[in-house]
Amino acid sequence: MRNKIRGIMFILGGIFIGLGVYRGEVERVLMKAINICLECVGIG
Amino acid sequence: MGRIKRKLVQIMASIGTNGYFKGFYNGSIYNGDLKRICVPGLNCYSCPGALGFCPIGSLQLIISDVKYKFSFYVVGFLTLIGVLLGRFVCGWLCPFGLIEELLYKIPSPKLKVSKKFQKLKYLKYFILVIFVILMPMFWVNDMGIGFPTFCKYICPVGTLEGGIPLVILNKSLRSIVGFIFAWKVALLIIVIILSIIIFRPFCRFICPLGAIYSLFNPISVYRLDIDSSKCTECGNCAKKCKLDIEVYKNPNSLECIRCGECIDNCSNNAIKQDIL
Repeated sequence: MRNKIRGIMFILGGIFIGLGVYRGEVERVLMKAINICLECVGIG
Repeated sequence: MGRIKRKLVQIMASIGTNGYFKGFYNGSIYNGDLKRICVPGLNCYSCPGALGFCPIGSLQLIISDVKYKFSFYVVGFLTLIGVLLGRFVCGWLCPFGLIEELLYKIPSPKLKVSKKFQKLKYLKYFILVIFVILMPMFWVNDMGIGFPTFCKYICPVGTLEGGIPLVILNKSLRSIVGFIFAWKVALLIIVIILSIIIFRPFCRFICPLGAIYSLFNPISVYRLDIDSSKCTECGNCAKKCKLDIEVYKNPNSLECIRCGECIDNCSNNAIKQDIL
């Protein structure tokens, strides 16, 4: 049972990553991550 | 030997995640292509040394974005890492976990968390749901864009790794710090003091990333098993566990960060690491 759950979650994880890349989420995060996030460091 | 190995892995993981040393020298952050990669531990992407992006920061970013609202990429990444490792990430790969453990080594009276206060472990799930998911999703501006509420109001990692080094190294940033920065520094000081007297208080009670990985502990590929033919239920593992886990009863507790102290201290060799 545990192995089945692992397998499903593994496949789901892979699909989600693919969907996220397809939707452009990685590029969106990159645009944010390469600039200083003033909110994240508590300045802005 | 186990302790030295784990410390070495923690140090290497921290250096690996924050390897852009030039950023600490000139007060800038890394803006190369490696920032497309999510790191497994809690590591602010505004840290001058950060090479990848923080899963909790990016989760809030995508959730608060008008276009997306749900982050398939980060959820997929956390699912994969969670299924493989669970809270092994907390114990071996998270830079802030290493910092807390080093602080705990400072000689001082140590506090054992009483059973009543151990219930505070549920606070991290509350923080995950409210500050990481719901507030970025629903507390939005006129354009429908939210903001990273956990990062902005709570996360001491961002303050320590990003805020303080950047403010020290950048004159222009020094001129715009205000109340929020003071609040975050105060929170950081509290976490530092608590980390000296309690083992990993941030991981136990606050960290939303630990909350996510904890859900995978019962099913992760990396797990602990008790050999019932060898275990005498002496309770030595529970006494040695710095997170107050009764390991012999619940070796894959949601709170276990896989530090291995129980394995090293079991006189009957009854606790085994199981990978598959």
